[in-house]
Amino acid sequence: MIPLLKKIFLVDLFQGLWVTFRNQHPKHIYTEQYPIQRPKVAERYRGAPRLNINPDNGETLCISCDLCAKACPENLIVVTSVRNEQTKRKDLTTFTYDTSRCMFCGLCEDACPVDALELTQDFELASYTREGLIWDRQMLEEGPKPTQYKA
Amino acid sequence: MAQTFLDSNELVLNMGPQHPSTHGVLRVILKLDGERVNGTECVVGYLHRGVEKIAENRTYQMFAPYVDRMDYVASISNGLGYVLAVEKLINVETTPRAQVVRVILTELNRIASHLLWLGTHALDVGAITPLFYTLREREEILKIFENYCGARLTTHAFRIGGLQYELYEGFEREVIAFCDWFMPKVAEYEELLTNNRIWRDRLVGVGILNAADCKRYGVTGPVLRAAGVKWDIRKALPYSGYEKYEFDIPVGTNADTYDRYLVRMEEMRQSIRIVRQAVGAIPEGPIMAKVPKVLKPPVGEAYVSIEAPKGELGYFIVSDGSINPYRLRVRPPSLINLQALDQMVKGALVADVVAIIGTLDIVLGEIDR
Repeated sequence: MIPLLKKIFLVDLFQGLWVTFRNQHPKHIYTEQYPIQRPKVAERYRGAPRLNINPDNGETLCISCDLCAKACPENLIVVTSVRNEQTKRKDLTTFTYDTSRCMFCGLCEDACPVDALELTQDFELASYTREGLIWDRQMLEEGPKPTQYKA
Repeated sequence: MAQTFLDSNELVLNMGPQHPSTHGVLRVILKLDGERVNGTECVVGYLHRGVEKIAENRTYQMFAPYVDRMDYVASISNGLGYVLAVEKLINVETTPRAQVVRVILTELNRIASHLLWLGTHALDVGAITPLFYTLREREEILKIFENYCGARLTTHAFRIGGLQYELYEGFEREVIAFCDWFMPKVAEYEELLTNNRIWRDRLVGVGILNAADCKRYGVTGPVLRAAGVKWDIRKALPYSGYEKYEFDIPVGTNADTYDRYLVRMEEMRQSIRIVRQAVGAIPEGPIMAKVPKVLKPPVGEAYVSIEAPKGELGYFIVSDGSINPYRLRVRPPSLINLQALDQMVKGALVADVVAIIGTLDIVLGEIDR
């Protein structure tokens, strides 16, 4: 008798619908509305590389020690420098970073003794050309500028 | 080849390499008699990247990110196996704090791997809902990884001699919160699947591989344990301080696909148990042991195997005293478990092949390397 009544009053259906509606809470939605709503990545996120500059005088922090290039498993960093006769130090001339081959393992930033090279939270690295993925010193210091979309 | 021994009523069917339920690029040549499968042949190698050869041209530290890309579902387990092998080679033991953190992350990764397995396996068999649920829970684990080391999938979380990153503020709280939140979810999956009539009909008695055959093929992991063999490297040959934790090895009895499902579900609960014990007992101290910057291990060889989510994952490294490994060989659990496919599939129906490939929990990145 009871199973028949259950069938007539669609008890199973309402039980199922109750589960469905219980999970409608906005807190449980995991989909990100990506271009409009940007995900907040972790503080330690290993994204686009950045070559830090000293905020006080605008000079690069890099001391051209070449340790990042030696630590890189893919050999994608090329550092060139000239010797400054006055300060007896090496001055950075070019710094090339090939993001197309980078696997963002973080070994270069671990190797950097002065925290000049860093992997940042920027994650939009796409480019229309292959050459655009090879970042020069200027690009590394300024960082990528992805298009911002508004809702 | 299968074609040479065809009967007049037999048919050869290629399954893959683009078939969605082969979990990557596995090609299985099926010899069919109607709906029955009379034989299979696996063609692997579509994802071959020559990882073992790459190792010979990299220093020991440089090669660590590459191991993440073999079993990319359980990259932390891969990383652990590799760093343990190198640490054995250079005779360094990591610090107690690093050991405990490694255990926490590896066990979380085991849960993540099993969750992805459960979702895709259920999807192969015809249940689409568990996939969304399991990926939702996996997301929380990946968030912990991202907060800890800055990457979600190919984490490169461990370094030779310890860890690179100190725990972040609130790590313990997040992990405990995950454990509390996750336990009812396992019950939810069980509610959806365990006594589901379709699920049972599709899995019970399918793909039986008994204990003797498992040992013959060298099959390890949940597949072996579902056959009733209590073999878990974490208990048998403890590494990274696993002897300190209390946990059970779930075993099955019927050695079929359904038992493998039950074993993996129980393994997730046991992993949570280990994580809870480990989080409560993270010792203070350094996270990195003393390791020279330029690693030149003494001439010799080392083999270390760990219990990865898919079975016994082994790393064999031969050193000739230089900064690069002379030879590095990986024992991938997926490849060795895949050998048993032919035996498991023989006599089954075509639809069961999908279920059996799913139950082996293979990752093609690891098979082809």
